[in-house]
Amino acid sequence: MSYTPLTRDELAWRVAQDMPDGAYVNLGIGLPTRVAQFVPNDREVVYHSENGLLGVGPPPLPGHEDPELVNAGKQMVTLLPGASIFDHPLSFMMIRGGHIDIALLGAYQVAANGDLANWATDREKAAPAVGGAMDLAAGAKRVWVLMEHTNKDGSPRLLERCTYPLTAPAVVNRIYTNLAVIDIDNGFIVREIVEGCSLAELTALTGAPLRRAPDCGVLPRPATTAR
Amino acid sequence: MNQGLRAEKRPCTMIDKRVASLSDAVAGIADGSTICLGGFGDSGSPLALIDALIQQGARDLIVVSNNAGSGRGSGIAALLETGRVTKIVCSFPRSEGSVVFEELYAAGKIELELVPQGTLSERMRAGAAGLAGFYTPTGAGTLLAKGKEEREFEGRTYVLERPITADVALIAAHHADRWGNLVYHSAARNFGPVMAPCAKLTVVQVAQIVELGSIDPEVVVTPGIFVDRVVQVAR
Repeated sequence: MSYTPLTRDELAWRVAQDMPDGAYVNLGIGLPTRVAQFVPNDREVVYHSENGLLGVGPPPLPGHEDPELVNAGKQMVTLLPGASIFDHPLSFMMIRGGHIDIALLGAYQVAANGDLANWATDREKAAPAVGGAMDLAAGAKRVWVLMEHTNKDGSPRLLERCTYPLTAPAVVNRIYTNLAVIDIDNGFIVREIVEGCSLAELTALTGAPLRRAPDCGVLPRPATTAR
Repeated sequence: MNQGLRAEKRPCTMIDKRVASLSDAVAGIADGSTICLGGFGDSGSPLALIDALIQQGARDLIVVSNNAGSGRGSGIAALLETGRVTKIVCSFPRSEGSVVFEELYAAGKIELELVPQGTLSERMRAGAAGLAGFYTPTGAGTLLAKGKEEREFEGRTYVLERPITADVALIAAHHADRWGNLVYHSAARNFGPVMAPCAKLTVVQVAQIVELGSIDPEVVVTPGIFVDRVVQVAR
């Protein structure tokens, strides 16, 4: 292949560029928690963590850790000026009551109709876990997914229909992968692709048809962490 | 003078929820109890009270907790290891290193009721508030709605969720006064404020007990009405 997929941090950086000024944004476990460190300087975005924080900042510097100040993934974080701390009912009132502008979530699979699968696989023996995924998927105004475009074996994770159990039906608005930015509006619409990757190549890695947006462009990378 | 002295010596009219030891804090917890355990992972977990509960020996317990413990030998994992928990009501049992739970689950030795995190919190809130249940869109159209009433309101599907009430809540706060007014530390607040009012007996471990009146009423997070016992433990 003649293109380079985004690294996880490059993907997090790309998502951060799209955070609207003044937005309240929940960061889910995994890739999304990395987004907090890439907020552009020209705007204020308030990051929410389901365990009861608004105003989440970057990880603490050595010597400033508080083991009880953690994010949804139980990693230590900091609070920015203007932050607040609250209990679970209030935190999930924000989530379930439609007060969160955007939920950034990881996913195993996303379907072309917006179905989201990110809590259980088809491995029967393993105990299922759901956390706040279903609350966020059902309650946030917009759901944006951050994920690798394919499984490790190259099989697609963007599908016509999810094969794993659903987190919520028809909720995903946008997908950021390591290869493309894709909106969901009656199917997958490609807005950006990494340099050197054709729509045909991307389609080969995707389990449902792709449409090219009229203004489809190259997926930008950060100047500082670009290879 | 004499009367004043007598007034001061009327301990029966004083509200004092402080207990002297961890064994006093968990005394009387019965077999078969439903027990809420506070914490989000280790943040806010009442580790000393869980240890005391293991020493106390109550069995056939139903545990309500966001997570199912991690590692071995301490906290919820240690409690599960004793084999005294028959069922756990939980949103995220598969945390990193939750080996004890996973072994018990694979062996069919523990029942799991998996609940979305916000629904778990709201079911306790409903229990604390005396509600019979609530309809939520969370989980509608998924496996976790199986067996529950689904109902449409204004074109959207909702799931009927029933309340959770508990016999006991074990939670951690940062400091308390003798009335049981609580202030938490940072993100360790998480489930404490909702578990305290949903249990018949609420026991709190705190790092510090302060003089009555020294907590600004504006900053009390959990009013003492929801608290029965407070025990001070070293952090």
